[in-house]
Amino acid sequence: MGLELKNLYDDFRDANTIKAYAKLIKEDAIKLSKTINIMEVCGGHTHTIMKYGILQLLPSNIKFVHGPGCPVCIMPKERIDHAYVLSGQENVILVTLGDMIKVPGSSGSLQDARSKGADVRFVYSPLDCLKIAKENPTKTVIFFAIGFETTTPMTAALLDTVVKQNIPNILLHVNHVTVPEPMRALISDEACIIDAFLGPSHVSVISGSKIYEEFPRERGKPVVVSGFEPVDVMQSISMIVKQFVENKCKLEVQYKRAVSYEGNMKAQVMIGKYFQKADFRWRGLGDIPMSGLRLKDEYDRYNAEKIYDAILPKQPIDDHKLCICGDILKGKATPPECSIFGTACKPTNPIGSCMVSSEGACAAYYKYGNLI
Amino acid sequence: MCLSIPSKIIKIDKEKNTAFVDTMGVTREVGLDLMEEGSLHVGDYVLIHIGFVMNKIDEEDALESLKVYREIIDKMDEEDRFAAVRESDNCPSGA
Ligand code: SF4
Repeated sequence: MGLELKNLYDDFRDANTIKAYAKLIKEDAIKLSKTINIMEVCGGHTHTIMKYGILQLLPSNIKFVHGPGCPVCIMPKERIDHAYVLSGQENVILVTLGDMIKVPGSSGSLQDARSKGADVRFVYSPLDCLKIAKENPTKTVIFFAIGFETTTPMTAALLDTVVKQNIPNILLHVNHVTVPEPMRALISDEACIIDAFLGPSHVSVISGSKIYEEFPRERGKPVVVSGFEPVDVMQSISMIVKQFVENKCKLEVQYKRAVSYEGNMKAQVMIGKYFQKADFRWRGLGDIPMSGLRLKDEYDRYNAEKIYDAILPKQPIDDHKLCICGDILKGKATPPECSIFGTACKPTNPIGSCMVSSEGACAAYYKYGNLI
Repeated sequence: MCLSIPSKIIKIDKEKNTAFVDTMGVTREVGLDLMEEGSLHVGDYVLIHIGFVMNKIDEEDALESLKVYREIIDKMDEEDRFAAVRESDNCPSGA
């Protein structure tokens, strides 16, 4: 019997380095006159922070607000309903990534659709659609595309192949979103308490750190782009605290081994070729102008949302009355303050968005709550 | 969740525009569509996200990260290693 991934993470944590950073942060934090609220935008960071008990290692005046950076969690119910309806069409194979398959829409999740006979497939890479399409020439493969800047170029690359090779039976349903707009929306809310951002790792690999420049420059919020490992996160927190101690406000990159200022230009060009900015309604946060991407009109013939327009539900569906995900994302509340946290709402029966994926704040608190 | 394990390029297929990479002893074929032509060579270290090379990483940094993984790699059998690699870069958000 070998080790599980769990053990791998445990081994990966270098306790001494983490402790050294904790000490450094503490020494610096004493010099601060106020509490600093840091938002980790990315769900991967939420997971790291909860899993390694980083919150307990921090002094009481350094707090975290868990951000909206999980593409599964922010998917509004009506979009999941689109996937559900599409999967029920004759001769359609619906393909998607990640935990998407478990998220409940208003009539059920994609998993439910599958148990009712729909052909729903969960793949590792968008490229897998090519194989599925080839093996099923009489069927239409619809790729339900999700994800932030990190994942968008891979969808673009799939479409690029479909266009170039003239593959007749692959369509896209696009649900890509971008990071800066929700960050902007959150700090524009007067009640928002965020003082600084821990910038996402892999979004930044693609888009470059340049997308965060406006936050320190125009909004007075420092940003440190951080790697995923606990040591990365501790170092990034330390960098943020230092900025406050030294009265600075700038964009820094801790995750230098993978992130440049410009990012992956080829990927950015690929995104620009096929997609354009569009409004998106975020679960928990509501409408955010120009925070999503849609296919350009010239690619309408690949756009499942347009082709199946007549049968797709349009009405926005609100979250459950008791769910306070929106407040959690703004730092006004923490998951345990939700009246149904861990009771009616659990990972096996998620009521709101933050409980759905393992990267959601409520799910992370549920899983690692004993550490708090 | 993304652990971002560096992968090493072991072969490039120019025709298909793909590469074979070694991630902790697991070999996989990945797409090069997001990389400039000619920017990658056998022996380079890269990060993979859902079946594509996302960028090239500095060799020194890559080796530093890999060192940590190496310590545990021997403790895992083939299947576990494969599962670990799969899961580590199977982060759809990759945010
Ligand atoms: S516990 Fe469930 S219902 Fe409550 S805020 Fe979190 S996701 Fe929403």
